Amino acid sequence: MSPTETKNFSTSEVDASCRVPLLALFGGAALWLVAGLALSLVAIMTFHKPDMFADCPLLTYGRVQPAANDALLYGFCIPAALGVMLWIFARLSQTELCLPLMPIVAANLWHLGVLIGVVTILLGDSTGFAWLEFPRGSSVLLFAAFLLIAICAVATLGARKERELHPSYWFLLAALFWFPWIYSTANLFLLAHHPVRGAAQAVIGWWFSDNLIFVWLALVGVGTALYFLPKLAARPLHNEFLALFAFWTLILFGTWCGIPQGAPLPAWLPAASAVASSLLIVPLIAIAVIACKTVRGSAVSCKGGPLCYVKFGTAAFVLSGLMLIAEACPQISRVTEFTWFGAAQVQLQTLGFFTIVMCGAIYELLPRVMGFELPFPKFVRLQHWLFMLGIVLWAGSLAAGGVEQGMKLQNANTAFADSTTTALMFLRVGTTGLLLILLGSLLFAVNIFVITFKWKMALLKSVVAAIKAPLATESASASLRRDQGEVEP
Amino acid sequence: MKSSFRVFLAAFLALGLSWCGFVLAPVNQLGTARQAAVLNSSDVYPLQRTGEATLGLQIYRANGCAACHTEQVRQEGVTCDVVLTELGKNGAAIVNALVEIEDLMHKENPENEHIGVSSEKIYHKVSKTIADSISDKIAAAGGKSETHIIPFGVDIARGWGLRQSVAADFLYDTPIQLGSLRAGPDLANVGARLPDANWQLVHLYAPQALVKKSAMPPFRFLFEVRKVGNAPSPDALKFPQGFAPPAGSEVVPTPDAKQLAGYLLSLKTDAPLYEAPFTSVMTKP
Repeated sequence: MSPTETKNFSTSEVDASCRVPLLALFGGAALWLVAGLALSLVAIMTFHKPDMFADCPLLTYGRVQPAANDALLYGFCIPAALGVMLWIFARLSQTELCLPLMPIVAANLWHLGVLIGVVTILLGDSTGFAWLEFPRGSSVLLFAAFLLIAICAVATLGARKERELHPSYWFLLAALFWFPWIYSTANLFLLAHHPVRGAAQAVIGWWFSDNLIFVWLALVGVGTALYFLPKLAARPLHNEFLALFAFWTLILFGTWCGIPQGAPLPAWLPAASAVASSLLIVPLIAIAVIACKTVRGSAVSCKGGPLCYVKFGTAAFVLSGLMLIAEACPQISRVTEFTWFGAAQVQLQTLGFFTIVMCGAIYELLPRVMGFELPFPKFVRLQHWLFMLGIVLWAGSLAAGGVEQGMKLQNANTAFADSTTTALMFLRVGTTGLLLILLGSLLFAVNIFVITFKWKMALLKSVVAAIKAPLATESASASLRRDQGEVEP
Repeated sequence: MKSSFRVFLAAFLALGLSWCGFVLAPVNQLGTARQAAVLNSSDVYPLQRTGEATLGLQIYRANGCAACHTEQVRQEGVTCDVVLTELGKNGAAIVNALVEIEDLMHKENPENEHIGVSSEKIYHKVSKTIADSISDKIAAAGGKSETHIIPFGVDIARGWGLRQSVAADFLYDTPIQLGSLRAGPDLANVGARLPDANWQLVHLYAPQALVKKSAMPPFRFLFEVRKVGNAPSPDALKFPQGFAPPAGSEVVPTPDAKQLAGYLLSLKTDAPLYEAPFTSVMTKP
């Protein structure tokens, strides 16, 4: 008798099976979120006072900036996404997490890999490719850890009761397949013993960045939103066919974006990218329609809760997609290329869209997984306001500063220094925003760590109680528990 | 979609297509590129960097210089100047040809009849097609002419380069350091723009000493400040007035700093190529 086929699991059993793997993934992720934002803040300080870290190679801008980006993406975004993904898979499959040991091992390997990578970048041994700065050792760790989690997720998917796949499955499943392919391609072509020559490196680097930062984050973020929006708004998902359409167009067009228009390459490459980017408007509209129609008319008011997070995140995604399209338009890119506008798009995508969706999802699922409420439920609302305000200030001022800087750069009679001074004013405003986001992430980390601590204390107490208790009562309570388990479903 | 296999197939198809387009095709097209011929010369381009400059690229990478500097010059197009160098022996024919050329130029830009013609018979700022027909007509009348190709664009007007950057410029760069933000100026041609090694080193040590309002962080950790021994080091930096270290001490570059400066000096995109032609003899109008 195979337990997965016949046994029906209660929702609380499904949630409980995810507890340890999810804590392992989220604990490290919360630390990296704080660390990454703190590093970002250190990096931006260089623009306020250029000679601040002149004697300290570890904190020089060119090292801290990529370290901060990687800490946020690889340290927070991906492990948080994997944790949320595992939970959604278990919930949709209505089964306990299969092979729960694998994600626990993988989480530790992953966070170790990120630690090695970030330290290596700060020590001055980054590989020099954007989003791929980690050395070989940590890339191997990340790759192995991802595979372990993917195996666990696919096994859970295979054990599902309902054969029909929920739309968010498509997005999440594609994301599981995406990362190993793009990550291995980029590493093998760019960082192996004989990397490809010359400008081909740049093309592969852009292909990888686009597929990771835009497509992968979109697949996971939108997949998560499609699961949580109907659930939180207590309304059915609007139109599965539209979701299927959005899925197809996103993966067909999104994969071809990302080559800058002014790149020193044969003209067909940027041209292909421009065409694909303009077609990207199709999935963006589809996703916006799905989100609006699902949420509109809902009787639930979100009050800064997880629903607010997911709504804001989805809106930020559509906006960041529009910025990507704008960057691919030759007339606009002439101004915005090589300015802070590109950084604004990346920050909106990673922080405004993805981090917020993930935080909302984690706040929603964590009390269920742990079996008790968040220690500081008021922080959720406060963090939402801090994040929202922070991202508007941070990404908004980077984008506006980028356009302003681009206008100055486009006028050959304006001194170059003028363009940097202009951007500096906007960076100052942006720094305030970044500070707010950092505060919000501290609230998040506090919630995660206190809930973990509480759980560990409860575990310790039950262990102590079990040791102290006489044998007879233990077996009695065990049989009692068994009885309850049978009654519950 | 009912089966996970179909989702897998969809993802495989979509990603596979773009993989063929943006990984496989560029690897075949650009990854197999060789040195290109320099126009109107028997030279090839680019040359391998020297040992010091090659090491310097790694210092550039390690300190993330590409976070603020690009190495790519953009251009908006090219114009041509046609210079009449010899009238030839057939006076009537050449006069005819010149009249026809006047018509041609008038047709191209009717509002500004005299825009292109100066007294020395230089046809300024004409398009490539007009330039070709002008030189054809002159050649048919027995005269001789030279066509100068002049790229234009904001980056070129700023003096950052003579022509646009092309894929061939990066043949020997691993890792390629194109950059995506201009918090600092473009460096594609910095070795030709600022060829003084001492300037580069002083600029790395104290950017604000040479460029007022520079936002660049000083890289003092690449230098050593020490007491002058029996004799001053030949490597010691020569500072502009007011920025010199206190008397009795000197600033000496570490090997890293020397390599980085060597790399910066090796950044020269000054060869005319088939895909990025220009004539270097002309000074900008």
